[in-house]
This record gives sequence, C-alpha cells and structure tokens, in this order.
Amino acid sequence: MNNLPRLFTFAAPSRFYRLAGWTIPGFYGIAILSALASLYMGFFVAPVDATQGNSYRIIFIHVPAAWMSMVLYMAMAFWAAIGWAFNARMAFMLARALAPTGAAFTFLALWTGAFWGKPTWGAWWVWDARLTSELILLFLYLGYMALVEAIDDTRRADQAGALLAVVGAINVPIIYFSVRWWNTLHQGASISMTAAPKMASTMLMSMLLMTIACWSYAFAVVFVRARAIVLERERSTEWVQALLGNSVKENV
Amino acid sequence: MNGLLAILARDLRLASRRPTEALMPVVFFVVAASLFPFGVGPEPAMLKQIAPGIVWVCALLSSMLSLGSMYAGDHADGSLEQMLISGISAVEIAAAKSLAHWFMSGLPLIVVSPLLGLLFDMAPDSIGIMMLGLIIGTPVLSLLGSMGSALTLGLRNNAILILLIVLPLCIPVLIFGAGAVSAYEVGLAPDGHFYLLGALLLLSALGAPVATAAALRISV
Repeated sequence: MNNLPRLFTFAAPSRFYRLAGWTIPGFYGIAILSALASLYMGFFVAPVDATQGNSYRIIFIHVPAAWMSMVLYMAMAFWAAIGWAFNARMAFMLARALAPTGAAFTFLALWTGAFWGKPTWGAWWVWDARLTSELILLFLYLGYMALVEAIDDTRRADQAGALLAVVGAINVPIIYFSVRWWNTLHQGASISMTAAPKMASTMLMSMLLMTIACWSYAFAVVFVRARAIVLERERSTEWVQALLGNSVKENV
Repeated sequence: MNGLLAILARDLRLASRRPTEALMPVVFFVVAASLFPFGVGPEPAMLKQIAPGIVWVCALLSSMLSLGSMYAGDHADGSLEQMLISGISAVEIAAAKSLAHWFMSGLPLIVVSPLLGLLFDMAPDSIGIMMLGLIIGTPVLSLLGSMGSALTLGLRNNAILILLIVLPLCIPVLIFGAGAVSAYEVGLAPDGHFYLLGALLLLSALGAPVATAAALRISV
C-alpha cells in the first residue's frame, strides 16, 4: 500500500477539514482517559518521594508540559518552513494553529515549575538555565503570535511568521547554550536541578500517560483551531458555502 | 559591492542632513543609563558591580529604538521598491542598511560608553573591555534588528513589535557582552566571551542579511 501520495491529499484544506473533524473526538477521548489514568497513578499509586515528600507530584504535569513546549515550537517552525518552501496554505494554517497551544504549554511549564520551586527551593523563580531558556521560548512564541496577528494580509502574515519561526528555531540552541554558560558563570552551585537518580516505575508510568494526554490534547485543540482558520480563510469557496448552507438548513 | 557602498553613503548623507535626529539614540542611551542610580540607590560599590549590565541593556534598547525608521522612510516614499528592482541584490541592500544603522546607532554608543563607565566608577581597563565587547556586539544588534525592522515594515505599533521580536534573539549578545566585563572584574580571562561574541557576529553577518532580504521581499 503506497500511501505517500495520499498524505499529500490532506494538504487540501477541504480534505484536512474533514479528516481533522473525524479525529478530534478520538484525540479528546484519549486525552481525557490518559489524563485521568495518569492523575490516578500520580496521586494514589506513585510512592511519596524520599526527599521532596508529596510536592514532587507536580512533575507529572510539569515535565510533559515542558516537553510539549519545545516539541510544538519545532512543529510550528517545521510547518512554517514547509509552507514557505512549497507555498502550502494548509501548512501555514497549521503553524498558526500550533502557536497558541505551544505558548500555553510553555506557560504551564513555567507556572508549575514555580509551584514546584517554592516548596523545594524556597523560591518561586531562580535564574536557572532551564527556567530562563523556557521563559525566552515563551517570548519567542509571543513574538510570533504578535507578528502574525499584526499583519492583515494573510499571505504576508504567513510568510513573515514563517521566517520568524525558522530564525527562532535556529536561535533556540544558541540561546539555550548561552544561557547555560551565563548561568554557570554567575551562579555558584546553589541549586542543582538533577532529578531523582532513579524513578519508581509507577512515577515514570504516570508521567508517560500524562505525556500521551498532552500530545492528544495538543492534536485535538490544534485541529479545532486549524479547522476554524480553514473556515475563515476559505469562506468564499464553494465547499465552505455548501457546508454552511447545509448546516443552516439542518438547523431550520 | 558598489551597490552596498552607494546605499551606505546615501544613508549616512541623509543622516548627516538631520544631525539632531541622528544623535537621539546616543542621548537616549546616556539618559536611560543615568536613571539607574535613581532606581537602585547611589552606593558606588553596587553601581560599579551592575554598570556593565546597565550599559549593555541601554545600548540594546537604544539601538532597538531607531530600528523602526530603518526601512520605513524609504518604504513610504517608494525608494525601497526602486532599490529592490534596481538589480542590486536584496542581500546587499540589507547588509548596507544594517551597516548604516550600525554607523548611526552603534558607533556613537561605543564612543560615549567610556563616559558612562566613568559615571559608574568603572576601572579604566574594565571600560576598555566593555568597549571591545560593544565593538564586536553592537553590529549583531543592527543585523538582527534589521530583520525585525523589515518584517514589521508598515505595520501598526511596529515599534513595540520590533522589540518583542528582536529582543529575545539578542539575549546571547547581552550575556557575552556584559559577561566579558564581569569575568574580567572577578579575575577571569574575558577572551572566551569575545570569541563567542565574534562567533555570533560571524553567524549573524552571514545569516541576517539573507533573512532580511527574504523579509523585504515578503513585506514590500
């Protein structure tokens, strides 16, 4: 079964719209179920940490959120680059749909990090390399979103956003390493962020379940947002008009 | 190369016709930096310690402030379009504009920075280290800023937008520029910082004009 050409057929917004519509309930379902399972395992099954007590349990949401924040930025830059290279409308729309979810996960990672930092380090925030680069990642997301929102012309907004996303993606490792070196220079060995040497398997299991939940949630909301963008941009095409006409009739 | 020199000479001549406007970034730089003692208190020891950071942050902000007008004037009167269709490569235009911006906003800051160093009671050799860092680092700000300026050409609120886009990308320059002075003051060799600043300069000199050229083609 050679399904490579078939994948490209979903570059057409109308087909993507339908495919995303079918998969969204499934992704929501997986997200809710695995989040519930993860929370149950995290709160009731996973043992109390020897050094941090119960406060470590925020790791189950913190680490997946931090992973997602980076994965989604890379996905956004990837789709922006694809859109730019092949002039693919759907890829641009996906890149735009990814940004708010990525920013939300970045914020969540920072926020949960602060809640975790207070009981364990005694401070809401420290200028640690990882925290700082996560904060800068949030700024990059905000810059991208501000730029594409500020440009009224869709084509220009897409391309300008793509350029910024790609430049940002090139800069992410540079920023990460410079922040790391800056941090080692300025800050003595006050805090080490090394995780527990060996994680209980239930802890790992709970974290992995939450990661699945985050991925599914991201797919679901990005698809919902992408479908809204598709409808907005393709509103003058026949298939959207037909879709709207049908639903109006159904409502009547 | 001729195109680059021609645009550079033109931009500098235009700036020389309005000397007050050209001096505004420097004035901002001095005024902004001298606000800090009012905020953190006049203790010389503390001011001396945070001086490199203050000078670098103010240099960063003041070179960002003049970015809004980098392409805007030429865009408004149509000369930017003429440059783009004149056969000079867009990369060359971007490089010339960045260089002109550095001459007008970066170079004056470097000249004035010893004055600020003295205001904050920095040692003469620390001032030298700071100036060397500024010489290598400020062109990076102009190169990156040029991209932000081209991307936001003709948009509402573009002054704030440029800051939001470019400042996160400038953080490495700030780190190594201010870090060189701090390292020197605690007795470490500042060479590593200069090498990294030089690497950033090379990378942005090669990459930023290309990105700016792409941004100009998108925006115009």
